[in-house]
Amino acid sequence: MLYREAGQFKTSYESDQALFPLRQDRIGLAVIFLTAFVVIPLAANDFFPTSIMIPFLVFALAAIGLNVLTGYAGQLSLGTGAFRGVGAYSAYKLTSIFPDANLIVVLLASGLFSAAIGVLFGLPSLRIKGLYLAVTTLAAQFFLEWCFIRIPWLYNYNASGAIEVQQREMFGIIVTGAAAAPLTQYFFALGIVVLLTWLVSNVIRGRIGREWMMIRDMDIAAELIGVRPLTAKLSAFAVSSYLCGVAGAMMVFFWLGAAEPSAFAISLSFQVLFMAILGGLGSLIGSFMGAAFIWILPVLLRSVLPSLGLEVGAETVEHLTSMIIGGLIIFFLIAEPHGLARLWRLAKEKLRVWPFPYG
Amino acid sequence: MLYDIFIDPFLQMVEQPDFLLQVLWEGFVAGILYALIALGFVLIFKASGVFNFAQGIMVVFAALTLVGLHENGVPAYLALVLTIGVMGVLAYTVERVVMRPLVNQPDIILLMATIGLTYFLVGFGEFVFGGEPKKMIAEELGLPTGSTAFDVGERGLVILQHIDIAAAVIAVLMVAGLGLFFNKTRVGRALRAVADDHQAALSVGISLNQIWAIVWFAAGIVALATGIMWGARSDVSFALEIIAFKALPVLILGGFTSIPGAIIGGLIIGFGEKIGEIYWGPLVGGGIESWLAYIIALLFLLFRPQGLFGERIIERV
Amino acid sequence: MTVLVNPERLAPGADASLKRDVLLSIDNVSLSFGGVKAITDISFNIEKGEVRAIIGPNGADKTSMLNVINGFYHPQEGTITWRGRERSKMKPYEAASQGIARTFQNVALFKGMTTLDNIMSGRSLQMHRNFLWQLLYYGPARTEEIAHRRRVEEIIEFLEIQHIRRVPVGRLPYGLQKRVELGRALAMEPELLLLDEPMAGMNLEEKEDMSRFILDVNHQFGTTIALIEHDMGVVMDLSDRVVVLDYGKKIADGTPQEVQANQDVIDAYLGVPH
Repeated sequence: MLYREAGQFKTSYESDQALFPLRQDRIGLAVIFLTAFVVIPLAANDFFPTSIMIPFLVFALAAIGLNVLTGYAGQLSLGTGAFRGVGAYSAYKLTSIFPDANLIVVLLASGLFSAAIGVLFGLPSLRIKGLYLAVTTLAAQFFLEWCFIRIPWLYNYNASGAIEVQQREMFGIIVTGAAAAPLTQYFFALGIVVLLTWLVSNVIRGRIGREWMMIRDMDIAAELIGVRPLTAKLSAFAVSSYLCGVAGAMMVFFWLGAAEPSAFAISLSFQVLFMAILGGLGSLIGSFMGAAFIWILPVLLRSVLPSLGLEVGAETVEHLTSMIIGGLIIFFLIAEPHGLARLWRLAKEKLRVWPFPYG
Repeated sequence: MLYDIFIDPFLQMVEQPDFLLQVLWEGFVAGILYALIALGFVLIFKASGVFNFAQGIMVVFAALTLVGLHENGVPAYLALVLTIGVMGVLAYTVERVVMRPLVNQPDIILLMATIGLTYFLVGFGEFVFGGEPKKMIAEELGLPTGSTAFDVGERGLVILQHIDIAAAVIAVLMVAGLGLFFNKTRVGRALRAVADDHQAALSVGISLNQIWAIVWFAAGIVALATGIMWGARSDVSFALEIIAFKALPVLILGGFTSIPGAIIGGLIIGFGEKIGEIYWGPLVGGGIESWLAYIIALLFLLFRPQGLFGERIIERV
Repeated sequence: MTVLVNPERLAPGADASLKRDVLLSIDNVSLSFGGVKAITDISFNIEKGEVRAIIGPNGADKTSMLNVINGFYHPQEGTITWRGRERSKMKPYEAASQGIARTFQNVALFKGMTTLDNIMSGRSLQMHRNFLWQLLYYGPARTEEIAHRRRVEEIIEFLEIQHIRRVPVGRLPYGLQKRVELGRALAMEPELLLLDEPMAGMNLEEKEDMSRFILDVNHQFGTTIALIEHDMGVVMDLSDRVVVLDYGKKIADGTPQEVQANQDVIDAYLGVPH
């Protein structure tokens, strides 16, 4: 009985098309924001934000990026790791060339370079469809990885071949580098992710998002209705790569502090793919859920297993985690192919009638 | 610059034909090995329409089982037989636990299930066998070692490893055997029916479960052969899994459902990669092997979106 | 919305004498796939404001004909004259933007979206606010969205599908899916509406509803309709003129009465009463 829309009448189309038309959803959102912006900073020590929340935000953003391309527009992409790298290296070069530039601007601008490269590798999508398209994104992945190693200009001719983030300030507060406070970085990351998620949700509920879904479901019918497939697909590639690029830049600037080309390898692409799939393709909430699940689960296992009295080495935990995640993926696919987001929606459906069994 | 790209490499080829032959041979061998991997994918795709992402890890897993058994004192041939048995058990388990519950789901779901399987097998393999590279027991299995050098006129030598020749022979035999199996036997026909339409096949009385178990078993055998051959040339480790990604360009060229196509696709990629790397690679600092195969496949796709041997996709409304 | 019946149209074929402009003209069109000839040298036209039926024993020819008009297939020979412009190939985008809309034999709805979204998708051509406005949403993009939502709601009301607005179309029964598809085609505000077996798989009540909708579209909106249909009762009642195809060749062209009496048509398709 908690989750009913009874009594909430919409008197205009604007209110019907709002992002969260139901009061219960708005309350839920408020609770989440409260937790994110107030509770966590107050309650947590230094470890929690840096090792758990910031990576979670980074992965969630990348998962949203992948969801835009694969979940909403239906184009399979295996190159998100490399696109994240493009964003990271772009941000690094930008901040090397313009050390005084506002960091937020740098991060948001670095996504533009990924977007451009994403569009380039998305061009074949007009001719090639489905699984075959995966080869394009794989080509992008491996080619870009090679570029990260072989183009010394990218890492400022550094002897180690890695990029390291220097200390940068914004409004007098140290934001990046060893001296930056974890909470500062957390707030910046949170702000960027919230902003970008809101912007993407706007695009999805409008004409462009609809066109993406049309292309995904039946591109021939879409073409016969007057949608230009190339424009729609390329816009999906652009937006998706942009988001991955910003995620990559944040990954290096707010979380790792430094990165080698191997940080953007194909395993990263798959990690994000699992997050998107597990969370539910075609769902923004799902991206967050999937990221939380795949990122937080190993951490939980690592802390839970020893407390059960089992002395396990870190490696064994890794192995067990792999096995459990693999098993869970299969289990979820059998039980609910549409991911955690669908399970969440089903739970909400149940809440409509609870505690009664039938509505 | 144009000279470097368009003229010089060919000059180099002509100046040292023995080296060219060596490179061609290396390309040939690499191509055969890629083809073996691709073969495993083709088998499962042909019979169930599923792209078995886990094929790569199955190769590693098979090889590790073989070596692991031998390390624990089991004689080589017995270890081989036992490994085949293990792959059989794996095939049956996969069919029961993964394929059967997902029988009517769209292909993308099945693909993701195989991704999950990969994750699981990686963890399981590392758990049981440990992560260090191991040496393949090639000698103990009776595979030839050593090499022969051939004189190429007065210009020089081409060295052929015996193990490579053995790999080529085994691959060709496998392809021929599987081709016969699919086309001439009753089970093979049932497999093709299943590949076309699960439900239709069920309605004519073909037992889906049996067929899938058989196919995964066959793919397991191919994985084992692949693992042995690859492992004999470089050690057995989880890095081998990455090689499986190379199978995608091979499949694109050769078609996802064509057994001879796997060989042709493998050879094209093998040759293309090696020649590209040796003669053009140095121009850009080398290491282009990591992505050249994909670019080659991509270029082919642009001209023929269904691959070289794929069926033309006629879209209907 | 009340259904207005145009008194002039009470008898089918009654206004065959009415002079109308030709909207679409097919001239000597031939289409083949590899060695198979789907359409052989067909010529007919469609006049503005009429309901034109295309009938014939089963084959690929009728749907292929619609696909040629749409620009999905390109004929090897012949020309299409649409709105006075002659062309040998139509492109799908052109056909759509110039006012040709279509439903499909096997419902080609976007299964992952709701009814409302599916019909809104028909408005794509008319929505112009660019990406930057879409990012912001509030402002011009939303205004445009709401304006189009109003039009779509009018169509939803017209087709009486308010109750399934938010249902994902994959879950709808077949008859309702076909209705939603009609709504999506109507959302394009077409001049020419191509309907590929709109009554297929429907029971009598559903057919009556669909016929009523088709007539309303033709009378109230003035939309020209080309209709492939197998139910002879529907064809004779609804259409002004009929063209009969038999394995890719045209064997008759005229009013329903003329076609019904045509011997070739009787031999090939209609049969005689026993």
